[in-house]
Amino acid sequence: MIQLNGISKVYRTGDVAIHALHSLDLEIGSGEHVAIIGPSGSGKSTLMNIIGCLDVPTSGKYSLDGLVVSSLSDSALARIRNRRIGFVFQSFNLLPRLTALEQVEVPLVYRGVRNRKKVARQALADVGLGKRAHHRPTQLSGGEQQRVAIARAIVGRPSLILADEPTGALDTATSGEIMVIFETLNRDLGITVVFVTHDMEVAHHTRRIVKLRDGQIVSDTKNSPAVGRPAPSAPAVPAVGSPP
Amino acid sequence: MNIFDTIPIAIRALAANKMRSMLTMLGIVIGVGAVIALMAAGQGAQKGITDQIRGLGSNLLFIRPGKPEDNPTNSPVGGTVLTLVLADAEAINNPDRYPYIESVASQVFFDATLTAGGESLTASSVTGVTPDYQYTRNHYVESGRFINEDDITRKGLVAVVGANVAEQLFGDVDPIGRTVRLTVGAFRVYFSFSFLVVGVMERKGATATGDEDDLMLIPLPTMQARIPYIRNPKGQSNVHQITIKVTDPDKFGQAKEELSALLRERHGVAKDDFTIRSQEDLVSTVNAVSQTLTVLLGSIAGISLIVGGIGIMNIMLVSVTERTREIGIRKALGARRVDILWQFIVEALVVTMLGGLIGVGGGVLAAKLANGQHLFGRDLYTAVTPFSIIVAFTVSAAIGLFFGIYPAFRASRLNPIEALRHE
Ligand SMILES: Nc1ncnc2c1ncn2[C@@H]1O[C@H](COP(=O)(O)OP(=O)(O)OP(=O)(O)O)[C@@H](O)[C@H]1O
Ligand SMILES: [Mg+2]
Repeated sequence: MIQLNGISKVYRTGDVAIHALHSLDLEIGSGEHVAIIGPSGSGKSTLMNIIGCLDVPTSGKYSLDGLVVSSLSDSALARIRNRRIGFVFQSFNLLPRLTALEQVEVPLVYRGVRNRKKVARQALADVGLGKRAHHRPTQLSGGEQQRVAIARAIVGRPSLILADEPTGALDTATSGEIMVIFETLNRDLGITVVFVTHDMEVAHHTRRIVKLRDGQIVSDTKNSPAVGRPAPSAPAVPAVGSPP
Repeated sequence: MNIFDTIPIAIRALAANKMRSMLTMLGIVIGVGAVIALMAAGQGAQKGITDQIRGLGSNLLFIRPGKPEDNPTNSPVGGTVLTLVLADAEAINNPDRYPYIESVASQVFFDATLTAGGESLTASSVTGVTPDYQYTRNHYVESGRFINEDDITRKGLVAVVGANVAEQLFGDVDPIGRTVRLTVGAFRVYFSFSFLVVGVMERKGATATGDEDDLMLIPLPTMQARIPYIRNPKGQSNVHQITIKVTDPDKFGQAKEELSALLRERHGVAKDDFTIRSQEDLVSTVNAVSQTLTVLLGSIAGISLIVGGIGIMNIMLVSVTERTREIGIRKALGARRVDILWQFIVEALVVTMLGGLIGVGGGVLAAKLANGQHLFGRDLYTAVTPFSIIVAFTVSAAIGLFFGIYPAFRASRLNPIEALRHE
């Protein structure tokens, strides 16, 4: 599903050129659950942004579902972000002032969907936040905000979820809950999940771990996930129903 | 994305900064209100003037001496050349030949000093008239009698005074039966005569050709008999204006043509040495002038709208900067450039159109309140036309669009990654 060939990303600040990614090759199949790890500054976020069609590589070829992304127009990229990809950020990136339900509706607004409320409500219920629909970000805990962000990412039924350090701003218990949601999405709905983490414990919940250093992949290992070992205080797995 | 989905987003964003949004809107409110109110004043003035001209009667033709080019319509007295004579008027007054002519009245205008009792009026307008004047000009005596045929044949020293003249010279005293001394002079030669007041004209109010209530009317032959310089070298009597009442304004064209031919023949000239104009010609000239005034007033007020528009642009730019992160998030969630572009344009439009609506309301209210008020010694009339409302509203929306586009364009071009990194 994701195919990266010789991807490089160079940032130029003044005279200095920073090579965030060095002709990187990576292939991720449909339905995979992949953790990307690596030291700070190794290019993880840069890679995620390119996969998420938020940024374009300086050189190299990226194709998503057979579509060569590097050759697409701005509005075609927006369409891909809207329909095929759900992005979850470390800092949640919820819109100020909107209620949880309205946050979840946003991707549907840009998709031109008419009856959004019902679908958005379902997505919120799927992440266990059915009762918080009318709360604003400032009225929610960090974990709840991240769950709203996940509901927003899955509401459009994307085939790929990208999460850049989704648990980076959360405590261990809450992180566990979030990771369980991702696992469920991957296992029950077959959504491809790629996420970045610093936490090896979290990484071991996945079947594949890709390690970056200085913009290059230094290891790509298969892993037998630590199933049946949910994070200590994780609640019962929220029912992730099939989105309508 | 549906364009209507941007409206609630815009309203929410504006509501988040109520004070700021209101102040921005105020600029537009004031601009639109000023445009409406000032255009109403201009159009009120125009309507007042044209109503007054039409009040004379809509079927009048005026013949004045001098070529059309030398004869500006807004001048109360005809051209400087005296080419029209009383005999011309008599030739025109031929209903057998020109069946569409209802009546013909000749006028001579000059200024004189009028004195009565202790009161004196300098540079008053005196008009030499014939008995046809009343009917032709649609202006009648209020009390006493008008100048009659007898006065004309006798060249009598009788006068009919306008309402203002009566008031200024005689105050509360009834002027009828009293005398007015008329002094007229040029080149150190002064003529002075006493006129017996026989009538007072009804009040007519100011008109485009001067205030008819400020006139004193005397028999035209009296004037020509007494004041030598009005006579021309050939001994004929010059007139400054021949007013013709036509049965039907539809006959104006025919009348102009036939009367021009007659006068050219009488004057023995190939090109007109006189000007024939109708009431409507006068109205349209005055309209052209006052429309210019209205446009001018509107444009002055329009400047404040532009200032309001700059305010909009300023606030929108601040808003785009403040909401950079929001823009990044929206783009990450699938907003296209056009979606962001529209979101900010709609926001600017909501401010300007809402401001425009309030401004229209305020402007109409101001115009209504000002209507009929006495200001600077004049009655102020205002006329709000649907046209000015449409113009003001459309211009405010156009300003929203114009000044909103650049900030919206900036917002739409933001790179999603950089926007997301923005603090
Ligand atoms: N906009 C930019 N301009 C210049 N350099 C940049 C920019 N963005 C990233 N970089 C550089 O690119 C490199 C990779 O950055 P990236 O954010 O991908 O790292 P990361 O692996 O996500 O790190 P972390 O774990 O700290 O989030 C770093 O050296 C960083 O300084
Ligand atoms: Mg990072």
